[in-house]
Amino acid sequence: MTSTIEVHNLTKRFGKLIAVNDVSFSVTENKIYGLLGRNGAGKTTLMQLLTGQEFATKGTISLFGQAPVENAKVLQNTCFIKESQRYPENFRPKDVFTTAPWFFANWDPKFAERLIADFRLPLNRPIKKLSRGQLSSIGVIVGLASRAPLTFFDEPYLGLDAVARHIFYDRLLEDYANHPRTVVLSTHLIDEVSNLLEHVLVIDDGKLIINEDAETLRNRATTVVGMKTAVDTFVGARKVLHRDGIGGLSSVTVAGLNESERRDAKAAGLELSPVSLQQLIIQLTSTDTKEFEVSA
Amino acid sequence: MDDSRPIFAQVAENIENDIISGALPEEGQVPSTNEFAAFYRINPATALKGVNVLVDEGILYKKRGIGMFVATGAQEQITGARRDKFSSEYVRPLLAEAEKLGINSTQLTQMIAKEAKNS
Repeated sequence: MTSTIEVHNLTKRFGKLIAVNDVSFSVTENKIYGLLGRNGAGKTTLMQLLTGQEFATKGTISLFGQAPVENAKVLQNTCFIKESQRYPENFRPKDVFTTAPWFFANWDPKFAERLIADFRLPLNRPIKKLSRGQLSSIGVIVGLASRAPLTFFDEPYLGLDAVARHIFYDRLLEDYANHPRTVVLSTHLIDEVSNLLEHVLVIDDGKLIINEDAETLRNRATTVVGMKTAVDTFVGARKVLHRDGIGGLSSVTVAGLNESERRDAKAAGLELSPVSLQQLIIQLTSTDTKEFEVSA
Repeated sequence: MDDSRPIFAQVAENIENDIISGALPEEGQVPSTNEFAAFYRINPATALKGVNVLVDEGILYKKRGIGMFVATGAQEQITGARRDKFSSEYVRPLLAEAEKLGINSTQLTQMIAKEAKNS
């Protein structure tokens, strides 16, 4: 398997702020990656570094085997859809789709047309007059129709309604199946996209805290619920990811359990519930671990 | 798709259900991996993993260049395997819940007989 992206010990400082802190990972060709994390975690900075829009303070980046900064060969094959994309004054959506093929060798005008119809985007209305969702749909259409071998979507669907988001997911999957490529999708809507992802990167406070196959990650944790004493006995010395409770009840999330451990837990009268990718990430990236005790 | 089990396992199970119900007849062609991915809105690699589970079990087989087909005897193979698991997956939890509620086995048998008559 070929790596499309290789990052080694990447650090980016803005004055005293360390936005990206000694991050290393690689991205395999033709997979869909999720780049997840809280606001301000460093996701956008990381993507700007990868696409040569920011200079690294330390570390190395290679895209298709080369450094991305000022490298036309690399950037031609890369499409970066930003949440806050700005367009020239007086531009209409039509103008965006006329100029896009200048930058993307694989641009498919037929596919773009179909997406424009799907999203019901008014082509001749000045971009300034578009709603937030319509503005986002321009980015989504460019990102999909450009068919760049490496495509970054940074929060591509701010303001898009649920129908439009599902059109995006459907078209992405469909087109990815016919034209495999590497996609890095950064989003807060983890539940909506979790099934689309093959690999997950989670960044928290500038550090890469998870770099794992999505399927493995999904089975990584289980929540055990029951009487506090029974839960504590079962959990024992296991690594606890999250702890919650009320009165005599306790709810503890632990690392994945095997079949016999599950049987033991059920035999002890405990309830097991799965942990979604979103819950897992919330638990791993929030410092907030509360247990409500009721004084007897 | 829910979060309780791996998605590829759920894909495999859904295909099995369609084979049991006859929606996917033996020796009939099944949809492609990409069609499954689009239908369930999941990553094609996950769909492929689900299909491959059934290929490994001999429930589906590949015809090169044509696609994936349901093997002869697949229906019997799936129902047989599910019957083996029926006791541990359905009967045991039922007994555990009944015990919790103080329903004894005679009462439970009567309840089952009554429900069977009504359905």
